[in-house]
Amino acid sequence: MREVWAVARKDLRIEWRSKVVASQVLPFAVIVLVLFGLALDADRSTLRSFTPGLFWVTVLFVAILTIQRSVSIETASSAFEALRLSGAAGWKIFAGKALAVAAQLLAIEAVMLLGVVVLYRSSFEDPVLVVTAALAATVAIATAGSLYGVLAVGMGVRDTILPMLLLPILAPVLVAATRAFDDGLSTAAVNGWAWCSLLACFALLYAIIGGVAYAVVLEDA
Amino acid sequence: MDLAVEVDQAVVLLDRFPALAQLDLTLPVGSVSLIQGPNGAGKTTLLRLLAGLATLDSGSARVLGFDVATQRRQVRASVGMLSPDAMLYEDLSIDENLSFWAALGGHGTDAVGAALERVAMTGAADQPVRSLSTGQRRRAALAAVAVRRPRLWLLDEPHAGLDQAGRTIVDDLIGDAIRAGATVIVASHELDRVRPLATHVLTVAGGVVHRSEVREGGSAHA
Repeated sequence: MREVWAVARKDLRIEWRSKVVASQVLPFAVIVLVLFGLALDADRSTLRSFTPGLFWVTVLFVAILTIQRSVSIETASSAFEALRLSGAAGWKIFAGKALAVAAQLLAIEAVMLLGVVVLYRSSFEDPVLVVTAALAATVAIATAGSLYGVLAVGMGVRDTILPMLLLPILAPVLVAATRAFDDGLSTAAVNGWAWCSLLACFALLYAIIGGVAYAVVLEDA
Repeated sequence: MDLAVEVDQAVVLLDRFPALAQLDLTLPVGSVSLIQGPNGAGKTTLLRLLAGLATLDSGSARVLGFDVATQRRQVRASVGMLSPDAMLYEDLSIDENLSFWAALGGHGTDAVGAALERVAMTGAADQPVRSLSTGQRRRAALAAVAVRRPRLWLLDEPHAGLDQAGRTIVDDLIGDAIRAGATVIVASHELDRVRPLATHVLTVAGGVVHRSEVREGGSAHA
């Protein structure tokens, strides 16, 4: 596990120094929430009922930027080649990268949750469900994103293609997370915990596939 | 005689261009090899092949007994490569960079201190890489190779951008590596600098070894 923590700590330390996510991605998330609010302000109840979907669509936008940043850390100065030369197991590097992305996304989501309370007048009817769903969805997004980020590098394609690769894969996560939040924020009568269980399955599945595939890409790239 | 490198009829294509064209090469453990040749001769591609970073299109290559085609991870874990890019994280200090690479390689923090001292960068350990001069970056990159304690050192133009003291450090590092039982391969245009250290001099052109010379009196014989 030492390698996992080393990679995660390194990425988070770089973010702490560069503040790219804090100074660019986080404001972007807030701006998107504000824009959604402006677009749907005519009817506050519509805005409130759309909150889960708007929240998770924004999270996906933010996730793409965060993952691109995570990838660019490695491609700059050929550090990705150095990672390949490190001899560390691919799944450990994958886990460390995904852990760092997840930590950053969770921090942004916490601010965004505050944002939807203030901007959309949303209220948490089941905070435990909201937090659990957010954790599971974030792990799914971070693991799938970290894999597709390195795939884009390995395939030698530009990072502008990442959203096209990643968003279709994350569509089921978007649906499940939105449904779970529907219950947690009481915007629709659904069984949120069932959707949350599905999210946990996605998270597990993406983590396993990601760990195996990342190692292959790292070795063959 | 144990072999560090065994390359047989290696072909590496870069965009269908044969960067290595049926190259043959055998180097013993503990040797210092100078690879010389004009730009585009295939020197860097050869180093990348030996590091497990370039894909072999035909032929075979073994590094320290590991097949570069099927045992890439073992090959990569055994080599240290100094490339023209620093391979360091700009936002981290030298110390943080070295600690990271040491942790990934399963080495302790004692390796970091030793590597910093070896390249005379102890005083600048806390400086972020982005604030370093070209020469300091080169030294830091050398320390990042040293911290991994590789069994095969692959150095691509190691003296480039270094002052006289830095060049001496490179030569000393090569000597240290040989004394520790490692093998060193240097691709360089600075023939006067590297030749006295070398036990083998290879002239590469057109993706093949044109001339191979075994010298007495290089680092391995010192």
